[in-house]
Amino acid sequence: MRVASKGLIDRSKPVHFSFDGRTYRGFAGDTVASALLANGVTLMGRSFKYHRPRGVMTAGSEEPNALITTGTGARREPNVRATVQEIYDGLVTRSQNAWPSLDVDVMAVNDLAAPFLGAGFYYKTFMWPKRFWEAIYEPVIRKTAGLGALSGESNPDTYERAYAFCDLLVIGAGPTGLMAALTAARAGADVILVDEDSVMGGRLNAESEAVGHQSGALWAAGIVAELAAMDNVRLMPRTTVTGAYDGGMFGALERVNQHTSKRGGGAPLEAFWRISAKHSILAAGALERPVAFQNNDRPGIMTAGAVRAYLNRWGVAPGRRVAVFGNNDDAHRTARDLMAAGVHVVALIDSRAEAEIEGFDGQVITGAVVCNTGGRKALESITVRSEAGEEALQVDCLAVSGGWNPTVHLTCYMNGRPTWREDIQSFVPPPGAIPNMTVAGACNGVFSTHGCLSDGVDAGTAALKALGKKAVAVEVPVAEDADYALVPLWAVAGKGRAWLDFQNDVSVKDIKQAAVENFRSVEHMKRYTTQGMATDQGKNSNVAALAILADATGRGMPETGTTTFRPPYSPVAIAAMGAGAQGHGFAPERHTTSHKRTVERGAPMIEAGLWYRPSYFPKAGETTWRQSCDREVGYVRKAVGVCDVSTLGKIDIQGPDAGKLLDFVYTNMFSTLKVGRVRYGLMLREDGMVMDDGTTARLGEHHFVMTTTTAAAGNVMRHLEFVTQCLHPEWAVSFTSVTEQWAQFAVAGPKARELLNGLLDKEIDNDNWPFMACGDVSIGGVAGRLFRISFSGEHAYEVAVPSRFGAALFDELVKRAEALGGGPYGMEALNVLRIEKGFITHAEIEGRATASDVGMGRMISVKKDCIGKAMAARPGLVDAERPQLIGLKPVSAEGEMTAGAHLFEREAEAVRVNAKGHVSSVGYSPELGRMIGLGFFAAGPTRMGEVVRLVDHLRGVETEVEICHPVFVDPEGERARG
Amino acid sequence: MLARPGPDAGEVAWDNYLHLRDNPAGVTEELWQHDGGCGSWLVVTRDTVSHVISKVEMAADVKRAMQAAS
Ligand SMILES: [Zn+2]
Repeated sequence: MRVASKGLIDRSKPVHFSFDGRTYRGFAGDTVASALLANGVTLMGRSFKYHRPRGVMTAGSEEPNALITTGTGARREPNVRATVQEIYDGLVTRSQNAWPSLDVDVMAVNDLAAPFLGAGFYYKTFMWPKRFWEAIYEPVIRKTAGLGALSGESNPDTYERAYAFCDLLVIGAGPTGLMAALTAARAGADVILVDEDSVMGGRLNAESEAVGHQSGALWAAGIVAELAAMDNVRLMPRTTVTGAYDGGMFGALERVNQHTSKRGGGAPLEAFWRISAKHSILAAGALERPVAFQNNDRPGIMTAGAVRAYLNRWGVAPGRRVAVFGNNDDAHRTARDLMAAGVHVVALIDSRAEAEIEGFDGQVITGAVVCNTGGRKALESITVRSEAGEEALQVDCLAVSGGWNPTVHLTCYMNGRPTWREDIQSFVPPPGAIPNMTVAGACNGVFSTHGCLSDGVDAGTAALKALGKKAVAVEVPVAEDADYALVPLWAVAGKGRAWLDFQNDVSVKDIKQAAVENFRSVEHMKRYTTQGMATDQGKNSNVAALAILADATGRGMPETGTTTFRPPYSPVAIAAMGAGAQGHGFAPERHTTSHKRTVERGAPMIEAGLWYRPSYFPKAGETTWRQSCDREVGYVRKAVGVCDVSTLGKIDIQGPDAGKLLDFVYTNMFSTLKVGRVRYGLMLREDGMVMDDGTTARLGEHHFVMTTTTAAAGNVMRHLEFVTQCLHPEWAVSFTSVTEQWAQFAVAGPKARELLNGLLDKEIDNDNWPFMACGDVSIGGVAGRLFRISFSGEHAYEVAVPSRFGAALFDELVKRAEALGGGPYGMEALNVLRIEKGFITHAEIEGRATASDVGMGRMISVKKDCIGKAMAARPGLVDAERPQLIGLKPVSAEGEMTAGAHLFEREAEAVRVNAKGHVSSVGYSPELGRMIGLGFFAAGPTRMGEVVRLVDHLRGVETEVEICHPVFVDPEGERARG
Repeated sequence: MLARPGPDAGEVAWDNYLHLRDNPAGVTEELWQHDGGCGSWLVVTRDTVSHVISKVEMAADVKRAMQAAS
């Protein structure tokens, strides 16, 4: 019910929204929770495990109960707190975790089975039999428990990642934060003030106390207006600081358009900020905790501070007959405010016998507790227990206060452990937990308004000092400065279930049960009971749970300690953190210059790192990829094929010591290579394993171009940087990646030279351009490079031109190849061609293979040191029994082989301990008319011609295969030289 | 990592260079690389408990100083 003349809502602006299919009216400034309460709706959700009816408990982001789903279709967003979601025209919301409806939830039967579903229930019940877990238990649990669900559709909304920098970040814009920001801003500091609420002012907007000569809310609005007018201040409402990280970095989630119907276009729904601050002030305030007693979870029971917030900020009376129950003086305000607003306060119940109550002349019951409640979907009555006995009171709302917990979370994200303060019966941040952070106000245990205002000034002044700026005096206005008097009251003794964690349905009994079963450490208790593990992370309940655990284990609070708080402070959508990373934004794509033409030819593209390369080029009439692949292999073996190899890493190396560098990173010698020649090189890691291989060309006395495999280009670059900076900075050598600068194409096959000679401005022959020659060429007037190297074993070249000519050259090469009976070929054909020649790739040199494993042990030069040489000589790495590179072919021409299959001796059982090797690469060889493969087998080179067993347990393949020499085609290498 | 043993330094020296690292709770020196930028290798002095970085030097400068001292 609305209360006339109360609240900061705009009554001239009605807003319509729906909840569970019914339309409700609220006003601009309402949250879903305040608007529903104003409409008399108190049942807003069902609990996680027992499906108990639950209403709103708080008025902030800590809300455990009132979780709703907003939006429809792909825009559906689950687990939104009704206390945070502002209403706008057309907003669609639904309740969660109830079936068929919130009102009639059949799963509430769980509540009757509660005696069997207590702490550790999952662990105890579903342990056996194992196979039942996947088949029965998990699907059933997932269906019946759990919160809201995603739509399963792709998220169409826009999110953004943003960055900000400041002298001072002030977290929280209550009395403390406002004064801190004002103090720093007036002195000229660059300030960012962040608050999760839509209206800055914190508790001042929820209380009736005055600040200076005006209401707290008006005073706050005045300060906010002053700050907003300053150039050196950025105000960020609707923004939650979610984490504190190294070096003054903070994460923050801004709900940019969650309060509007604006979707899509340029406006992001949410933005995830990284804020870099030289100094920070935490003024996050405090959260009120309830008291545990039997049936303390009925809709209508909420924290005393929330009742005041609904009354003072939103002009809503959460009930017609309200009782207030607390253990501290702060709770009395609720009774006073309600009475002043004309709401009937049935009784003010204070657990302290000596409590003195001022300014309230209704029924006061001291030395008493609420021990039970009645009603089902709404609160109908409470039972008050005192020395005089038990008395039932008819109420529809109960405001409860067990005291306030400082919001210490952020200070714990970098290993800080909060310290217990006996006087306020709660934890406060340890000093210095976050470098360059000052903690002030309620989150540091200062609970009066005046105390917070002056603590804010002090924090702002301290920040200015740390920033080396001069403070200007800021006057602290007059405000309430009452003592915060309380006597601890965590749980009221009684038989029934008294709830602590409302979202996860954890009761006092569960905590005690955990202690009885020896889960006495807080971390164990938490996981055993799931206390504090829901989306609200137990913000209202953790401290009480710890107190009950401390009591049950006979330890004090300091000894019991707290669980570890971790970011984010409140839930952050993955879509916001990963903004821009949906779909094509997930990873950058690298395209070669022939990409467009390749896609036009219908080639399926495969990813190679970030690169996209053609798998094969299909032709009309071909129904399988194998047909295309076999045809393309034929181009290279019989005519000429063209393949874009620009993705190979290319590193241009120059300087007088370039040869020294190459000798040091390659196992073999490069300083002796003649200008105009190319050499194959093998590169090791320092631990002796093969890192990469490739060819390096010497273009001049002090000029080399190294090629790396596509996959290892980045690694090799880092490796060269390490060697030249960390090991030999004295060498006069420079290098840079030129992978993007050159488009490079393989032209391979018996007609390769014929093709090139039609294109080169000056013809080549076998004498002036022999195998492994390289040099500058001119192609239609364009300065390019030509390398006579072969990855197919055929007479082949790689021709390179500056990238801007790549597309044109590719077209020209393909056209000419087709005229000669050839054409373009893709990765599948390239793979078959290299397997037929026994050339290795990263399928073979996958990080565990040594040079001798791949048959290149003799490539480690004895004349010089190189990276990896010392460690490659370790006995274990040169053991003759190590699996070594071999060729494999099936005994029967139809025999199937798969990469990843294991190899066993013919008679051995195909179990792991008997594995003698594995298959690394396979392909179908048109030349041999059967599958062929490369692999590794123990002492393989001594087993030539022997038959072993290939077993692929995963794909159900078993084949008898013959170990053979890894070079299947042209073992003498005549073709490449011809 | 900057003091690479000679080829004949023996197993112990190589094992130490390649595998053995101190893992103190406190101040330690680490090699970092500005991988997304200029490629510089850096010697970073960092406190493993607080994550506070107290010193950053170019690895090439540190290595040159080591070479000059030996
Ligand atoms: Zn850099």
